[in-house]
Amino acid sequence: MSNTQQLLADRFGDFAIREEFRDNVRFVVSPDRLLDVLSLLKNEAGFDFLADITGIDYLHYPNATDRYGVVYCLANSETAERVYVKVLVNDPEPTLESAYSLWKGADWMEREVFDMFGIVFDGHPDLRRILMPEGFAAFPLRKDYPLRGRGERHNFEPNIRADG
Amino acid sequence: MPLAPALPFAVDEESPEQEFLYTLNFGPQHPATHTTLRLILTLDGETIVKAVPDIGYLHSGFEKLGEDLDYNQYVTIVDRMNYISPICNEVAWHHAVEKLMDIEITPRCKYIRTIIAELARISDHLLCVGAASLDLGGITAFMYAFNMREKVYDIFETMSGQRFHPSYTRVGGLMVDVKDDWVAMVRTFIKVDFPKAHADVCRLLNRNKIFLDRTKGIGVLSKEEAINRSAAGPVARASGVARDLRKDEPYLAYGDLEFDVVCSRNGDCLARYLVRMEEMRESARIISQAVENIPAGPVNVNIEDKLTIPDKSATYRSIEGLIQHFELFMWNRRWKPPVNELYAATEAPNGELGFYIVSDGEGRPYRCRTRPPSFIHFAIFPHLMEGHSIGDLPAVLGSLNIIAAELDR
Repeated sequence: MSNTQQLLADRFGDFAIREEFRDNVRFVVSPDRLLDVLSLLKNEAGFDFLADITGIDYLHYPNATDRYGVVYCLANSETAERVYVKVLVNDPEPTLESAYSLWKGADWMEREVFDMFGIVFDGHPDLRRILMPEGFAAFPLRKDYPLRGRGERHNFEPNIRADG
Repeated sequence: MPLAPALPFAVDEESPEQEFLYTLNFGPQHPATHTTLRLILTLDGETIVKAVPDIGYLHSGFEKLGEDLDYNQYVTIVDRMNYISPICNEVAWHHAVEKLMDIEITPRCKYIRTIIAELARISDHLLCVGAASLDLGGITAFMYAFNMREKVYDIFETMSGQRFHPSYTRVGGLMVDVKDDWVAMVRTFIKVDFPKAHADVCRLLNRNKIFLDRTKGIGVLSKEEAINRSAAGPVARASGVARDLRKDEPYLAYGDLEFDVVCSRNGDCLARYLVRMEEMRESARIISQAVENIPAGPVNVNIEDKLTIPDKSATYRSIEGLIQHFELFMWNRRWKPPVNELYAATEAPNGELGFYIVSDGEGRPYRCRTRPPSFIHFAIFPHLMEGHSIGDLPAVLGSLNIIAAELDR
């Protein structure tokens, strides 16, 4: 793991912040460097397996500074080592570069994050809703979407983090 | 009034640009899909040029529900994801929760969880190979496989009182401890019933000309594509990716037990079938070792840690038990996990089943993402289908073992 950290530090300096919790090692990177970091991890550090992409809405999270997080779970298919890359994006237009050029497996995972959180992936070949119906207007896993009730998002006051 | 001659029908000149492809709607309710999923196929004669899956018919917001239910309650929801092997989902969920809370479960609990997870793997693989052969016209193997699943259900019923969705695991332990007659049941199943059913299915399918013709060389997934497209579990191992979380990141009791990772190089439907058949044998090997070595002792972590629900007698007869029961059931109390997030995965029958839990320190998860293997594998399906005839579709679909409840959650 220290090799990976060294590699990232050499290439990106302080841009990749390292966090560790239990056995998870996470690098928080800025959205404009995401694809560089992912391709470095894939091509030079051997993390060739994209296990998962998940979105998180930090609206009500204690001490959160940004609205959305997107986490890329990578693994090395030879050594079974894991690393997690996290990016933080904000309203009004949460946008990230698509990882489809690196992993074809990112296709549906990114579509699901888009479907549930409204985070747009630039360069994705076919960014449509995947689980919700096509005409659906809201993003159901956002924290300002109600758990109960049949209302749609436009019936509710938009709740945007003020300090950004 | 003179009769006007009828206008001749306009006949299009045949041209190379003429549209000769046609579209076929497959599903959402079709016997070969087994579950609710839909495919829009573009066909050239009987050859599939393009397959576009349309999913979401069973989407019921499991992950949103998880944000409202606490760490024990959500186990009833994860049960319903892959309902062919619900125990594996429970084990995966509480594996992640226990990692978040840094709980080291007791050795006895580890062994029991290992046994039930492997029993569920056998039952999942039996259904998968049985249904795969059913779709290809071989109903007998399906009957033998399904009959044996009943025995697994009996075992689950004996330990938890519920056949299909046992909801058996709890934070830091299990709902109840198992009894000796349960151990005897598992032993009989592994020694007598399972080898017989396994041999029956093998004899019916392994050298069956029709089955071989319809699965050999169909839906080939190369090793590079398997890694690139995030395949895991038997699908990836059938393509030569020797990746098994039970070996790579030993959790529960897998570190102590002897078993092999089953792989194949061919990556076709037949390889996926054979890998599943062989994996069942390895599961039986794991169970037969584990069931003889179940450690004695408590099944839940120490009651002083205030993490597990006390049993009923403790709740009703001692003040400490009553207090702890209250502490874990009142909304403003419950668990106090650290404010952080983590991903933890286990090897489910279908592949890597992981949970990404974000905790804000409350008794329920702030976000609980599932990494559903069916979802990832179904994304590979259009790639596997291209260029094959429509008759190969049930073979490929059956070999991937897509469970729509897990696909859509």
